[in-house]
Amino acid sequence: MRAPQPSQTRKPPMSTTTLEDTERRKAWGFVAPALLWTIAFFVVPFLFMAAMSLWSRQSGQIVRAWNLDNYIAFFAKDSLFKGLVNSLEITLIVTVLSVLLAYPLAWIIAERVPKRLQRLALIMAVLPFWTSYVVRSYSWLLVLSKNGVINQTLMTLGLVSEPLEIASNRTATVIGFVHFFVMLLTLTIYANLIQLSPNYRRAAADLGANAFQTFWHVILPLTLPGIMTGAFLTFVLCIGDYVTPQILGGNNELVLPQIIMLQLGRRADFPMAAALSIILMLAVTVAYALCARWLKIERA
Amino acid sequence: MRDTLTKFASFAYAGLIYGFIFLPVAVLVLFSFQDGRLPVPPFNGFSLQWYEAVFADRKLMAALANSFMVAIVSSVIACLLGFLAAYALARYKLPGSALQRGLLIAPMTVSYLIIALGLLTVLNTFGIKLSLWTVGIGHVVINLPLCFAIIYSSMGDHHINIERAARDLGASDFKVMTLVTAPMLLPSILAAFFLSVTFSWDEFIIAFLLSRFDVTLPVEIWSLLRSGLNPKTNAIGSLVFLVSVAVLAVLELTLFGRTKKS
Amino acid sequence: MTAAVSVANATKTFGAFTALNDVSLDIRAGEFIVLLGPSGCGKTTLLSILGGFQSPTKGRVTIAGKDMTSVPPARRPTTTMFQDYALFPHMKLRDNVGFGLRMRGMAKAERDEKALGFLDLVGLKASADKKPHELSGGQRQRVALARALAVDPDVLLLDEPLGALDLKLRRQMQDELKAIQKRVGTTFVHVTHDQEEAMAIADRIVVMNQGRIEDFGPPADIYMRPRSVFSAGFMGEVNFIPGTVKAVEGASATVETAVGSMTLPVASFTAAAPVAGQAVTLCIRPEHFRRAGQADGPTVSLGEATITGSAFFGTHYRRHLKPTAAPDLSIVAHMPQSTAVADGQIVPLAVNLADIVALPAGR
Repeated sequence: MRAPQPSQTRKPPMSTTTLEDTERRKAWGFVAPALLWTIAFFVVPFLFMAAMSLWSRQSGQIVRAWNLDNYIAFFAKDSLFKGLVNSLEITLIVTVLSVLLAYPLAWIIAERVPKRLQRLALIMAVLPFWTSYVVRSYSWLLVLSKNGVINQTLMTLGLVSEPLEIASNRTATVIGFVHFFVMLLTLTIYANLIQLSPNYRRAAADLGANAFQTFWHVILPLTLPGIMTGAFLTFVLCIGDYVTPQILGGNNELVLPQIIMLQLGRRADFPMAAALSIILMLAVTVAYALCARWLKIERA
Repeated sequence: MRDTLTKFASFAYAGLIYGFIFLPVAVLVLFSFQDGRLPVPPFNGFSLQWYEAVFADRKLMAALANSFMVAIVSSVIACLLGFLAAYALARYKLPGSALQRGLLIAPMTVSYLIIALGLLTVLNTFGIKLSLWTVGIGHVVINLPLCFAIIYSSMGDHHINIERAARDLGASDFKVMTLVTAPMLLPSILAAFFLSVTFSWDEFIIAFLLSRFDVTLPVEIWSLLRSGLNPKTNAIGSLVFLVSVAVLAVLELTLFGRTKKS
Repeated sequence: MTAAVSVANATKTFGAFTALNDVSLDIRAGEFIVLLGPSGCGKTTLLSILGGFQSPTKGRVTIAGKDMTSVPPARRPTTTMFQDYALFPHMKLRDNVGFGLRMRGMAKAERDEKALGFLDLVGLKASADKKPHELSGGQRQRVALARALAVDPDVLLLDEPLGALDLKLRRQMQDELKAIQKRVGTTFVHVTHDQEEAMAIADRIVVMNQGRIEDFGPPADIYMRPRSVFSAGFMGEVNFIPGTVKAVEGASATVETAVGSMTLPVASFTAAAPVAGQAVTLCIRPEHFRRAGQADGPTVSLGEATITGSAFFGTHYRRHLKPTAAPDLSIVAHMPQSTAVADGQIVPLAVNLADIVALPAGR
């Protein structure tokens, strides 16, 4: 218990509490809930997981002894390391394919479709993705499986005698991913294309460039930010996805998220799952570092 | 001549890509009406039996309601926290504001799987039981950066003097925020809210790892997938699709269509 | 290089809207022409037609004697300097300036040297390795000029190039543009809505309104001897006094107005010769009013007027006056700094005869 002090001796001089101080205290009050939420449910769990990746699981118990065993095991065990290789391969193939397919579409929407129909064209491109994310991969099974739409069509037409193996493998995973990311990249590249001043193209033509030269020297470099933003998003979302490869990949070439889920499920090896997650994050960080110089570009 | 050729090639290409984009959803919806046990060709005839099966499935219906609840509640929290933080960081000079912005945006750059795993390890350690609440917490974590970013970027400096005018005329902080700032930013707050609802509604991995007995719709559909190709999965997928498109169309025509005209 | 430009009966319609209405214009090689008018008057459309970015619905464009009506921009001897400059943001200045030469297949060493020469011309040689975003607005404008000149066009088209600059910089750039045009000798066609800018740089001004050419001539003529009411009003402040032609006798005509009758030389009728009974508008610039005894030629008296308001402008007083004979009229006159007159005071009004312009009323 503290006795109340005489007010004259404890009260700070009036001048220390300025208008700015009151305002600042209020502002902290506004921003605090969001900051605390992020710290409590994102930063702390993440640090916790990072710490756990340095523990290990021995005979069913999590041992809190600090070591790098999980990381060493990752590089030593082919079954784990192959997951990262598969993830990177699939992600790179998907990113490149999606960019190549999306760029012409974005260009056609921006250049060939009349202005008033462009919004509709974009809405139509996004429309099929308003089904459930899980269902989207499933519906590719209907198309690609042995008795699916493609194989039955091809066999009815007599083009093939045996069903093609296009489901439950890497091809199916790539198709499922490209389907989504073509849409996403079309949006980012389109957004980049339409905000270019039409005068860039006019200036190039005026100075004697033909259509290809205008595209190669002017339009393509100026849309690089849109391409790289989309490509980076593709990379991040693709490499971290569990659902698409799990449904379409048929369990033969596991990717990193699938291996993480395996650690959680059958083996309950949380430390190993944590270590693999950290490795997944490092891969994304490296990708970011590689793209960073295009993710922000100077504009005149 | 060359012009008509490039025009033809352009539209042929666009047609092909749109075909690719629409193919699975078209197949999905078509075979949700399949009169038979397999949602693949041949199409045996039109039937609504699988939709009946969906509506009769108590677990699916419960999951639908759960998803809806989680989406709304987590989006309201994310929008509220995002708005307050955006207001503070856009209107006041706080020390380390760049760091604070970075921190608030950070979850956007991390895979959902990692966010879920982090939360799971902490929840396990503290012995907190998994439930729809824990799913909601996870969804606020992923949607808060989104809401903050959208609302923050729409808080232009040109609004400052309008707020000062309100304050000058005697409005309290709370009144300024609710009567002046929030209505001015309504379009972006609504955009943040709907986007957040969409993301939460469709989110799988966090809901999968952080729920136990009560689950959300994507998790319930995931367990349906174990039965392989099944027209019932087609039916629930088509329902989600058609309802989303209807909601989208209504929003486009009312909310966003209006701002476009003016 | 330089070339003459000729536009014959050019019309451009967009649906029901007529942007350009039967415009004909002859520009001499090496001239600095300014297209002047309010927004929507058709000046930018005319420039686009010269540059080949739009083709006229009707009419012909000839450059250096060759029909260019349907030749694309790349193959015209014109280059355009765009309003937003359209500098390629990912290229260094030297590559921006050298772009046109590169498209013409010039080797790198040679075009770099030429590009440096043109950057030197606009005073930016030291910045050749910078990118556009590192420059100020005025510097970007100079780079755009260098880039357009680097391909050695016969005609340079400038689309409101100074519009984005602040007033002080704009005045400075006007002088530079004029000096560079003198040095390179290229025909310049420059679009602006700022009449001071037009007067500062043009050899001849084309005043446009509602898709038509209202007036065409050297700046002093356009200002002092306007050929349309619109042109008179657009070039600066002017008093309009309605009147009627009473009689035409040889080289002079008598005009009856509310402030008295006056006899004007036929030369004052700049748009069309006077006809008896015709309604006319007299145009008098505020600085053309004189007090008796200060005039440097024959004057016309407009009777007496009451001063209703006064403001000091540094170089002069700007005063509102109400003529005693016509209290409905309000006249603005500039008076010397030394005039000490008070509001309410009555003063005699007179104008140099040669400064009055009479135009057909109603346009």
